[in-house]
Amino acid sequence: MFDFLQGYDVLGAFWMTVKLTALSALGSLVWGTLLAAMRVSPVPLMRGFGTAYVNIFRNIPLTVLIVFTSLGLADIFGMTMGASDFKIQGFRLAVLGLVAYHAAFVCEALRSGINTVPVGQAEAARAIGLNFSQSLRLVVLPQAYRAVIGPLANVLIALTKNTTVAAAIGVAEASYLMKTMIENEAQTLAIGAVFALGFVVLTLPVGLFLGWLGKRLAVKR
Amino acid sequence: MSSVLYDAPGPRARRRNVILSVVFVALLALLLWWIWSTMNDKGQLKWALWQPFTTSAAWTTYLLPGLGNTLKAAALAMVIALPLGAFFGIARMSDHRWVRVPAGVVVEFFRAIPVLLLMLFANEFYVRSTGIASDVRPLYAVVTGLVLYNASVLAEVVRAGILALPKGQTEAAYAIGLRKGQTMSGILLPQAVTVMLPAIVSQLVVIVKDTALGGAMLAFPELLGSRSTLAANYANVIASFIVVAVIFILLNFALTSFASWLERRLRRSKRSTGVVLAADEEEVNPAQTGGTYGTGAGGSI
Repeated sequence: MFDFLQGYDVLGAFWMTVKLTALSALGSLVWGTLLAAMRVSPVPLMRGFGTAYVNIFRNIPLTVLIVFTSLGLADIFGMTMGASDFKIQGFRLAVLGLVAYHAAFVCEALRSGINTVPVGQAEAARAIGLNFSQSLRLVVLPQAYRAVIGPLANVLIALTKNTTVAAAIGVAEASYLMKTMIENEAQTLAIGAVFALGFVVLTLPVGLFLGWLGKRLAVKR
Repeated sequence: MSSVLYDAPGPRARRRNVILSVVFVALLALLLWWIWSTMNDKGQLKWALWQPFTTSAAWTTYLLPGLGNTLKAAALAMVIALPLGAFFGIARMSDHRWVRVPAGVVVEFFRAIPVLLLMLFANEFYVRSTGIASDVRPLYAVVTGLVLYNASVLAEVVRAGILALPKGQTEAAYAIGLRKGQTMSGILLPQAVTVMLPAIVSQLVVIVKDTALGGAMLAFPELLGSRSTLAANYANVIASFIVVAVIFILLNFALTSFASWLERRLRRSKRSTGVVLAADEEEVNPAQTGGTYGTGAGGSI
């Protein structure tokens, strides 16, 4: 019944999706945290930069960003991302685009988390002599992270689904393989079902686990 | 002014802020200079590449039809997805298990699948099983993908909107003798639509952004797709990307601003019950919405 799977590396394609997701998630968490720190910092210019970044990158379609990394950054500006061959370059460019886009959403989620921390906590932190970066690092961010596990899980799930856009620049992940397969094979419906199921399997446990974790770790107030 | 993180600055803090600002400006200037000089080196700043955008030909031949297609697909998807979403949202709250469970499965399934997969699948399906002409097929495929995905997202919005209404509304409706269907259609749904309006408008941003997938993968001549024909004609890849990105930013920023304006207005209005579904996910207090996460695939960004 599943003969059509033969000759195609379905697991390999999903492994590519997982790799894209993991690297981009890490990158956007780091860059998004930095952006969030900028957006709440006492320096107006940094706040302005953070706001501008979020508004710009949230409103550009991810597809435009990713196609731009390939046609613009790589082809015109010769940015090879330190890659030796074309496949690795495509992968790294896709990660770059995914990070640039999702960091804006991570930043917004974190900022809303920072807003849930009561002002009294920060006042207490200042009262015992902590400065801005200390109170952010030791008092506010740990509580903020625990409050936004749910929203961050949503960003992660959206990121998992959005990695399919990397197919637009030829990265051989799940949707790229599905496109090839449904063009070549007769069982459109079965192929669609296999890939749909793959994504359900990828996103459902993550959502359930992080949702459970978020409820467990949330600071009860 | 005082925020969670810092107090009104004193003399030392003010001095430090000035130093930080100067360093930040220097870094930013360095970055901008680097971008500028790289573009200059690659000859991307030549007026010949930007000049087409000052002529009407580039706009009337490429960009405006592209924008028109983007808006057409987004509008079609929204108009079809809304009633479908309302239907599934209500079905999910049904008292009958045999209605509730299948509706839940459908909603969760289509929310868990990437839109691109749905579009590719729809495109291939139309090729094989229907006689849709090949020039409108990409539009059909894009709208199908968008409808399936966004209807399930909107179903959750509708459900959240109805659940956000005070319980007294339902109780009062039953008390004056309305039946379940009458309560839903006459009392709950009209109020829920008001509550949901900001969320619905901001969902439009997601739909507008997702149409670009059709341009990249299905040869649908929307804004991103028409950009490539334009760039092929004038050989101005970078310039065309920047112009298209600016159009998308302006369009989506306008929609987002409209959604948050609508939300503020609804919150103020005396006739409403005071509940409004936030337009932006990030404005929702995560502690309160904790219950809605973990169903698998949330988020629509």
